[in-house]
Amino acid sequence: MAGEIPILQIGDCLLVSIQVDMHDRLAMALQDDLTVRIVSSRARGVMIDISALEIVDSFIGRMLNNIAGMSRVLDAVTVVVGMRPAVAITLVELGLTLTGVRTALNVDKGLAMIRRIIDGDGNERARRG
Amino acid sequence: MRQTVHTIIPNLLEKHYQSLLDGWLACQKREGVVSSQITEEQLADQSHRFLVELRQGAAAGHFDDLSGPEWDSTRSLLDAVATERAVQGFSPSETATFVFSLKEPLFTLLREEIADVDTLARETWAASLLIDKLGMHTVEVYQKGREDVIRRQQEELLELSTPVIQLWDSVLALPLIGTLDSARTQTVMESLLERIVAFGAEVAIIDITGVPTVDTLVAQHLIKTVSAARLMGADCIISGIRPQIAQTIVHLGLELDVVSKATMADAFALALRRTGKAVLDRVKPQENGE
Repeated sequence: MAGEIPILQIGDCLLVSIQVDMHDRLAMALQDDLTVRIVSSRARGVMIDISALEIVDSFIGRMLNNIAGMSRVLDAVTVVVGMRPAVAITLVELGLTLTGVRTALNVDKGLAMIRRIIDGDGNERARRG
Repeated sequence: MRQTVHTIIPNLLEKHYQSLLDGWLACQKREGVVSSQITEEQLADQSHRFLVELRQGAAAGHFDDLSGPEWDSTRSLLDAVATERAVQGFSPSETATFVFSLKEPLFTLLREEIADVDTLARETWAASLLIDKLGMHTVEVYQKGREDVIRRQQEELLELSTPVIQLWDSVLALPLIGTLDSARTQTVMESLLERIVAFGAEVAIIDITGVPTVDTLVAQHLIKTVSAARLMGADCIISGIRPQIAQTIVHLGLELDVVSKATMADAFALALRRTGKAVLDRVKPQENGE
């Protein structure tokens, strides 16, 4: 079954915009789809936009961490963008600081961050090579 | 229970209005109500309006219960006077004196007008009851007014003490002054996150020069603020760490887990570097020339 959350490709980046409430099945489907897409499109960056989410609980927090981990294994950078102030405060109060995930204010800055990381990475490889 | 009291007080108010007003004003002046906060004219005007309202309210004869509609205008006048005085900084007794000082001229008037001892006692009791009720109402409103003033000042203080300043395009500064408790952390966090969104900030400098002590609780609040800003995609730098504070942090074994700098200037330089900006001398010194 195809996931209900669309994954858009921008150059070598994938953009996932979560607009609906997440539940177990949807999260599993998203992780499946995303890993497949990272491999098939050879994407170097993944952006997850959560600006539409008013509630982020430990479940979604764990899902974000998982996606970041999977992307890392597939050599792609994950950036979570667009978190609302109220959501950030709630997460901190809950003690969920998403330490394994990079964050940016909006899609624009997230894209710039991914570019910077990929380019920096490339330079490093070139130098080493 | 509301009951109608048969009394000649409304008639007396009607007939001896002017002498009562004069007596009352003299009484208030003696009590020292006229001061820098209120002029004699203002006081005379308030007193005059109050007597007029009192006359209307008393006409219905419900002296034991001031919540009725016939007392509405009297109450609203007292509300206005009491609230005004609360804001102007009158003391509670000065405010209460406004109403209570009416007793003396009113009782004098009753004594002059009524010969019969029984009637005099009854009328005095009714008048006393009425004025006590009005006085109590005044003090209550005054108290509420004072509390409003205090609450507003508290809110203003909270707002004042958490300014978020834009230092550069995407660099914010948050100078913290005073102790960081949970309530303040909440406001600090909220205003910082809102500004991060508004300015599209990438770096936020939290300056703790004005924080007198850093203990485990303050450190925890700082960490919370830093984590929340990070979730919004902004890096934090903590600056203004005084030598004693540095020692305390190590002695307490606190792990701030964030870049910290001794001064705001150092933090700003780092913030500029992180956002890809640089500050250069306009003219290079000659002796350094190649």
